[in-house]
Amino acid sequence: MENNTYTAGDYKNGSPVRWCPGCGDHAILNSLHKAMATVGVEPARTAVISGIGCSSRLPYYMNTYGFHTIHGRAAAIATGFKVANPEMTVWQISGDGDGLAIGGNHFIHAVRRNVDINILLFNNKIYGLTKGQYSPTSDRGFVSKSSPYGTTEDPFVPAELVFGARGNFFARSIDVELQISQEILVAAARHRGTSVCEILQNCVIFNNGIHNYITDREFRADRTIHLVHGEKMLFGKDKEKGLVRDGFLLKAVTIGQDGYTIDDVLVHDAHCESNFLHQQLAMMDGYDLPLAIGVIRDVEALTYDEGVSRQVDEVRAKKGFDTLRSMILAGETWEVK
Amino acid sequence: MENPKVKTLDKVVVRFSGDSGDGMQLAGNIFTNVSAGLGNSVSTFPDYPAEIRAPQGSLSGVSGFQVSVGSGVHTPGDACDVLIAMNPAALKQNVKFLKPGGVIIVDIDSFKKEALDKALFTTDDPYKELGISAQIVEVPVTSMTKAALADSGMDNKSILKCRNIFALGLVCWLFDRPLDAARHMLLTKFAKKPAIYEANAKVIQAGYDYGHNIHASVSTYRIESDEARPGVYTDLNGNTATAWGLIMASEKSGRPLFLGSYPITPATDILHELAKRKDLGVKACQMEDEIAGVCSAIGASFAGNLAVTSTSGPGLALKGEGIGLAVIAELPLVVIDVQRGGPSTGLPTKTEQTDLLQALYGRNGESPLCVVAPATPTDCFTMAFEAARIAIEHMTPVILLSDAFIGNGSSAWRIPEADEYPEIKPRFVPEEMRPQWSPYQRDNETLARYWAVPGTPGLAHRIGGLEKDADTGAISTDPVNHEKMVLLRREKIARIANDIPALEVAGNPDADTLLVGWGGTFGHLMTATADLNAAGTPVAFAHFRYINPLPANTAEVFRKYRRVIVAELNCGQFADFLQAKFPDVEIHRINKIQGQPFLVSEVIEGVNNIINK
Repeated sequence: MENNTYTAGDYKNGSPVRWCPGCGDHAILNSLHKAMATVGVEPARTAVISGIGCSSRLPYYMNTYGFHTIHGRAAAIATGFKVANPEMTVWQISGDGDGLAIGGNHFIHAVRRNVDINILLFNNKIYGLTKGQYSPTSDRGFVSKSSPYGTTEDPFVPAELVFGARGNFFARSIDVELQISQEILVAAARHRGTSVCEILQNCVIFNNGIHNYITDREFRADRTIHLVHGEKMLFGKDKEKGLVRDGFLLKAVTIGQDGYTIDDVLVHDAHCESNFLHQQLAMMDGYDLPLAIGVIRDVEALTYDEGVSRQVDEVRAKKGFDTLRSMILAGETWEVK
Repeated sequence: MENPKVKTLDKVVVRFSGDSGDGMQLAGNIFTNVSAGLGNSVSTFPDYPAEIRAPQGSLSGVSGFQVSVGSGVHTPGDACDVLIAMNPAALKQNVKFLKPGGVIIVDIDSFKKEALDKALFTTDDPYKELGISAQIVEVPVTSMTKAALADSGMDNKSILKCRNIFALGLVCWLFDRPLDAARHMLLTKFAKKPAIYEANAKVIQAGYDYGHNIHASVSTYRIESDEARPGVYTDLNGNTATAWGLIMASEKSGRPLFLGSYPITPATDILHELAKRKDLGVKACQMEDEIAGVCSAIGASFAGNLAVTSTSGPGLALKGEGIGLAVIAELPLVVIDVQRGGPSTGLPTKTEQTDLLQALYGRNGESPLCVVAPATPTDCFTMAFEAARIAIEHMTPVILLSDAFIGNGSSAWRIPEADEYPEIKPRFVPEEMRPQWSPYQRDNETLARYWAVPGTPGLAHRIGGLEKDADTGAISTDPVNHEKMVLLRREKIARIANDIPALEVAGNPDADTLLVGWGGTFGHLMTATADLNAAGTPVAFAHFRYINPLPANTAEVFRKYRRVIVAELNCGQFADFLQAKFPDVEIHRINKIQGQPFLVSEVIEGVNNIINK
């Protein structure tokens, strides 16, 4: 469904983009401009709110309302913004440090409340703006300036946090997959409620090649699977492989081998109420099973901002007052003449 | 003819005390409202324990409610004329609040060995052990309550819950309060529990009748009334007043009201009240933490709402970085700090004025903002309105420093007419300015920037926590520009002085001593001033409700006096602030840091000591 009112250029402003040459953020920014044009919400009805970090510079490159806030707090600020002004379409830009470390609490509560905001989580598994410390998504043992002997802690898997917080929309892409990034951002914009889009992003300076195992052109078709609602879960260069049930778990098979046929391959249902299968798909990491990209879960539920507005309307319809004075006069009072 | 046994007092102080589960706050509140309804001015002070339910009968579980009713009432009183003690622990904790010549009423049924032990009495004569010489009225409250409800079919536990209302009935008789109004309040309170209402209605009558029957043994009082300004009145506590002042500001500015908050004693009642006020369209959000409270409010402010966050001292500390964002983004924001004893968790239910410097300076960088402080419970309405007015018209965060004493205290309040408060004019980007408008363009007079509400076509813009170019609003790290912006933000706050009332002097303006206070100590300092002047010690009195910036005539007022005495509930934070601003003024201090309000007598003694030094 193409919207022809606006072009990608209408969402772009003239400020010079200050990210490093080769940074994955450039591609994501382009995908976002295109996705916004596809959805067609007026730039003046769009707000982009970010925290602190490389990715959080993004609002300055938008021709929309924008707020570059403080470290970790974008989700809380976006929540207040959306509740106060529900007519606006709100995008929140965050990185793995901003969103999952200092802002982890706001992140899970925004997802739990199901505020109608679109969260872009740029995951490069590193702190870039502070020049190379490990992040909450860095793998155990990862060597960085703040972990010279390797980290001694396990990382978050962002999807797992989203499901733990009862999230209703989770999608994933890779910075270099412009089409798929655009596809998930459009779906996120159209989803009512909190949409979390994790985008694997490459930091050329401090963590170059961190996603190579997945993103390397030679292996990408075998190590990723592009999930599309209503379509068979197929992957591989010639779509020769598929995902099938294996008891309660998933298994990757080659069609025509070990007695598996195309009929055994699962069909992706992103709108299924139960998140049981979505969680399993989201947790695939590219090793035993391919990493899932595309929209993994997209289920509608009442949003927080709509719930607040609706409750105000209901209370006012039942026993509303026009003015403070009339409300006070309806309580305990006495008159002095 | 006056009944010779009726004392006519211009005001009387009653203190209800008992176990925290005994319903003392309810009994005290009903007595207050009934008195206010009779035209008395009232001032209350709930003094409740930090523990929700401390062990029954223990000293730490004692809950108190003090109320002063009559005419010329500015404070809940230093000490009480009548003390009601529902158990030995309550007596032990509260006897120190009794005036010489006061009367104590005890529930004698509760003075059993076990209860005396729990209150750590070592003998079987608690009165002697406490050295009480006052008149004690021993009333069998428990057994009389049981007798009144003998036929009710209620279980023992439910019956015992009505003891507070028996005591209330007795106090109503003592002060000549008709029971109709009290019964009406019970009916409202127990509207959904008719059986409980019936029981309490029976018990309050039993208490009243008991008083009547023992008439011979207590003097009764008649309480004078003030001639109040005509109008419709209600009893209002400070936290509710704060909430209502914000709603009034929302009405007068046309900006929807948004609250982002997190529960914290003693500020939570503001959240409670605003959560109820969905009936007026208020959006009150209980967020996941204090930081989210202020941040959601900042988001709402950027979105175009009148945005507020409410908290107490520890929460203000957590909100510091967020408030700094509102300073640099120059967004309107009201931050309410209902101060309590600190540092850290400190004394959560007790009052202090120890957050002044935190409010003024508790952020990184040069981050000036406006600080105001209400003087009384009902003044919270006016100053919350003022905080919102200044925030919106000057595009700045404003911190309102209330405290536990005025937040929980209440007095009678005349409900303002619709036109009593001024219109608040949000500084939207004027139509003619739009083609060349930039986000940090300022109004020449106030230096406030303009508010471009998201959703407005043609005004899409980006702001944030990074320093901005003064002309274009783009990010700037230019050293000279930074200094220019720092000075602009400071000057913007300084110019608010042109938009607030002048400092007024009360008491004897020709005295050579000026007593100075700020915020919630007004009632005690005003009373002390009146008492000092009446006793022949000339004292002038100036009370600050606007702290940053100070009223424009502050220096002029100070320089009229030989000495200035700053009385405050901290170690001298306001005195230090003033001394730094006015090095030539001789500033003396009266300080108290006990989690309790001043006693009028302490202020009088402090002033006399300084004058006679």
